[in-house]
Amino acid sequence: MDIFVQIVVAAISSGTPLLFATLGGILIERSGIIQLGAEGLMLMGAVIACMTYLNTGNLALALMAACAISAVLGVVHAFMCVTLRANQIVSGLALTLFGTGLSAYLGKSITGQPVAGAVPKVNLNFLENVPVIGGIFAHLDILTWFSFILVIVLHLYIHRTSWGLHLRAIGDNPPTADVMGIRVQTFRYGYIVIGSMLIGLAGADLLMVYSPTWIEGMTAGRGWIAVALIIFARWNPIRALFCAYFFGALDTIGFRIQLIGSEIPSYFLKMIPYIVTILVLMFLGWRNRNKPSGSPESLGIPYIREQRF
Amino acid sequence: MSKQPVQNTLAIEQPDLTPRRSKLLSLRIELDPTRKESPWWMTIISVLLALVFCGIFIAANGMNPITVYSKMITGAFGTTFGITETLVKSIPLLLCGIGVAIAYRISVWNIGAEGQFLAGAMAATAVTVYFPNMPVYLVIPAMIVFSILGGGIWGLLTAIPRTYFQVNELITSLMLNYVAMLALNYFVFGPWKDPKGFNFPGTPVFTDAQSLPVLGDTRLHLGLVFAIIAVLLYAFLMKYTRWGYELRLIGANPEAAKNAGIKISRHILLVMLISGGMAGLAGMAEVSGVTHRLMYGISPGYGYTAIIVAWLAKLNPLGLVISSFLFGGLIVGGFSVQTIGLPSSISSMIQGAILFFLIAGSMASKFRIRRNG
Amino acid sequence: MLETYSVEMQGIVKQFGSVTANDHVDFKAKAGEIHALLGENGAGKSTMMCMLSGVYRPTSGEIYIHGEKVKIRSPKDAMKLGIGMVFQNFRLVQTLTAAENIILGEKTSFWRGPGWMKKKQEEIEAIATRFGLTFPVDRPIWQLSVGEQQRVEIVKTLYRGADLIILDEPTSVLTPGEADQLFETLAQLKAEGKTVIITTHKLKEVMAISDSISIMRKGKLTHTMEKSETNERELARLMVGKELTAQKPLASRPKGKPLLIVDQLDVYADHGRKALNQMEFQVHEGEIVGVAGVAGNGQKELAEVLTGLRSWHKGSITFNGSPLKNASVRGAIEARIAHVPENRMKSGLAGSLGIVDNLLFKSYRKRSRYGFLRSRANRSWSQSLVEQFDVRTPGLDTPVRQLSGGNQQKLLFAREVDQDPLFMVAVHPTQGLDVGATEGVHRLLTEMRGQGKSILLISEDLDEVMQLSDRILVIYNGRMVGELARGEATREQIGLYMAGVRDEGDAEEEKVI
Repeated sequence: MDIFVQIVVAAISSGTPLLFATLGGILIERSGIIQLGAEGLMLMGAVIACMTYLNTGNLALALMAACAISAVLGVVHAFMCVTLRANQIVSGLALTLFGTGLSAYLGKSITGQPVAGAVPKVNLNFLENVPVIGGIFAHLDILTWFSFILVIVLHLYIHRTSWGLHLRAIGDNPPTADVMGIRVQTFRYGYIVIGSMLIGLAGADLLMVYSPTWIEGMTAGRGWIAVALIIFARWNPIRALFCAYFFGALDTIGFRIQLIGSEIPSYFLKMIPYIVTILVLMFLGWRNRNKPSGSPESLGIPYIREQRF
Repeated sequence: MSKQPVQNTLAIEQPDLTPRRSKLLSLRIELDPTRKESPWWMTIISVLLALVFCGIFIAANGMNPITVYSKMITGAFGTTFGITETLVKSIPLLLCGIGVAIAYRISVWNIGAEGQFLAGAMAATAVTVYFPNMPVYLVIPAMIVFSILGGGIWGLLTAIPRTYFQVNELITSLMLNYVAMLALNYFVFGPWKDPKGFNFPGTPVFTDAQSLPVLGDTRLHLGLVFAIIAVLLYAFLMKYTRWGYELRLIGANPEAAKNAGIKISRHILLVMLISGGMAGLAGMAEVSGVTHRLMYGISPGYGYTAIIVAWLAKLNPLGLVISSFLFGGLIVGGFSVQTIGLPSSISSMIQGAILFFLIAGSMASKFRIRRNG
Repeated sequence: MLETYSVEMQGIVKQFGSVTANDHVDFKAKAGEIHALLGENGAGKSTMMCMLSGVYRPTSGEIYIHGEKVKIRSPKDAMKLGIGMVFQNFRLVQTLTAAENIILGEKTSFWRGPGWMKKKQEEIEAIATRFGLTFPVDRPIWQLSVGEQQRVEIVKTLYRGADLIILDEPTSVLTPGEADQLFETLAQLKAEGKTVIITTHKLKEVMAISDSISIMRKGKLTHTMEKSETNERELARLMVGKELTAQKPLASRPKGKPLLIVDQLDVYADHGRKALNQMEFQVHEGEIVGVAGVAGNGQKELAEVLTGLRSWHKGSITFNGSPLKNASVRGAIEARIAHVPENRMKSGLAGSLGIVDNLLFKSYRKRSRYGFLRSRANRSWSQSLVEQFDVRTPGLDTPVRQLSGGNQQKLLFAREVDQDPLFMVAVHPTQGLDVGATEGVHRLLTEMRGQGKSILLISEDLDEVMQLSDRILVIYNGRMVGELARGEATREQIGLYMAGVRDEGDAEEEKVI
């Protein structure tokens, strides 16, 4: 039982950054825009949060700074994809490359400085004695609780509100949404910015909670795994939660195998998340070979207002 | 309702855009559908704007951007040493750039050149590790063949999920970069580590037979010739051959290519084999020509920079030569400003910014401003 | 006494770049009438109506609704003025339910629990029943038939309180039976005092349901008249701009040997649905066989199977005496089967490439040596084809997307005919072409027939099928349900077959997918 609780706790702690990034990506892709800049946004969020925290010691400010920088980059992505109608794949790639470079440049001076213990835990002492549940939920940090709330809020938002209905329409069939009086371009801007903020927050969470020192390229492909998670989760926030924790567990499993004294070199254990990502995508591709993937119909296609039909 | 995989709808060239206008004072911004290519000066303006933009960050670091840039330029192009160093860096960029360009021609988004580069470097090194007594005249050819195969197979690992399982190649190729990096770390920290290397994470230094000849006392090596031959072959292939025609057709309209009896999946496999092979060859040239051993951190992100090189060149062969030279200079320049206390990652920041301004510029030049009436 | 008009559009000009779609059009429709806007494809009808519904904004001109000058900047503005439009390509979100589509864009009530949704569904059902427009409100759109989807669209306009309803080519996707049902609904709408405008190019419809008629040609509105003042013949003349030459029946030819024999063919569509079911038919040498049917009954899959783009599951295809290779485009090309695909720019031509590259599509394997293209020879060959087929182009390197639709189609025919095919599968070959270009295509097809070649003409345009075909096959639900020879085919009979009625009185209950 203890092992199970330990694994779940570890999965949640390493899965939460993935979850934030996946949720952000779901919002963006639901509105019909491909988001491949997650890696760059996470790195920028992490480095800015770290710098702000080291300079001010204020957690809220650090998180806000991370959201702010990724919002700015989100506006750039939105300008590229929505206003200029540039290729969304290339714009996302540019975002990743630029974010990686800029974060390395900015973070040079703070490399290796720890920010541990910055995020307070929510101690639910009354749960301590409840088996399993107590072990998992009694001492989670506030960002993790925030991610739980976010999952539920986003799920209800997408499926139970008027704006959620608009969001689904914009991603599937923008001309129709437009004719029905929904401001497609404005909403797309909004979702790209909000989604980017969540991805930036994912970077901040990774740095402040999971591995509390800035290292160049510290996300190690987590932004890309989040892109894959959007597909696994079929653009659904609740499924995103489970997918993120599954990958969180994979991330820690190598570490655990090493602890029990396995002979397998750690390099191979560290490959697990990357290889499993590919294998799961292949499995889904094989299983859904005759079915639609559930992706928004107009994903990746720029919408042009006065198009002739 | 039939649905195509997303990849197919994303040709490099934008879909036919119909006129659109929005009112801005008495001027009108209009999208001109007939303009496909942005003018050449737009590329230059984009690069300059990116430099200005990065200048802001340099200034924020308390440096004068103009001083920094001029230092970078003299460092990269100002001396014979600088130029040969720039050429040395541009060899892997050009080879990887050809690799990604040929994949982008048919809208296969290979961003795994980094991993394919490492796979090629490892395969070439494997020759030196496992066949140390190979006849001298066979060593270099064997390393070349192994590196091309190694990179090519690494490329196939991306192409197979794409063609048979509809897996987005962006994610696969990127994941494989990390796998290749970890594999390389395993070898250089583990079984291939030089026993006499004082724990340095690298293989023993190559013998002369395992190293590419260099020009005089510079570090410029025979890899340059490989790169130039490769770019000539690429140009010739696209323009004059039947296969090049098929690739052009797939790139322009995959649906129509199917109607012409072209089996796209087979071409994707072949193209990724070549794309990975080029990056693999770059890896071989780097270990055999420059570092003379396989070691930790062998690539400062050549595979990623190659993506930008290919875009700057608009996949054009001559453009590839020019842009890989410029980006080689950017990397060398980045190292040269370390002496005045700036991190060398300045060059990767500038690279990202250039790509941003390039795509913004190429789209913006499709808009035309007209006076109303 | 001044008559009040429900809609009045004055001096409307609409330009797209350098193309003028509407040139000083004055259009009026009286309140409470069914007004038909008649014109050919590309005459500018839809553009006019899109300006009325706020999708486009006029370059210049004025619009009056009930005598008041208005500015319609967006579909929302149009909605507020009581204007609703049913587009030819439905504006429905496939993954949402019918009810969700109808309430889409509504700003009231941010929170939408199951109770709220139920109330709305009842409200929608009430409207639907009143006008005889039934459909399942809680099913996603992609599960509904085309006819049902159109009903959702009409209810959508009614739900939003439209009293001017515009329908753009409403019958182009319906069986004749469904069309009649639609006409009843339109009459009902009129009875409730709503104004209805339909755009169409079908004369029979106009005469059947409209009260007044406006005719557009080449972007201009040429005539407006009461139905009672005119007749079909006059309308045809006004629409086309010249007296339609009485269609000369094709000289009959002796029936040749069977060229294509399709036997017991089972084919699956993309997502595992059975698209062709025990399909059987033959095509003989030197005949044009028309395939009529409502879209989505297997036409697309049939064309794909015959040209090697899709595999078949069971059954056999014999072509020119030997079995056809399954799912091999090259096999089809080598067997000399030509293909004019449904959407020329989507799958027939590569828009960004030049003339030479587009002409080489099918023959580049022959026109190269040792893997190298014979560039110079191919250029002169292309030049001669361009001249022979009178393709108007600035040069051989011009991207073909810059050519007009007619010239693109000529180019495509040039490529296919140059292959000296025995058999051609032509899918909607005249879609989106003007009269002149349409005639050109028809002439090419009949010339091919004259040379003893066979053509399978798949078209949704019944007139075209009836005019050109030696035999007409009617496809329904993946099967050929009817066969009619040239003389004996009537619209009514084809219509019955298209609706799945095999013999009189034996109506099939199966739904059209």
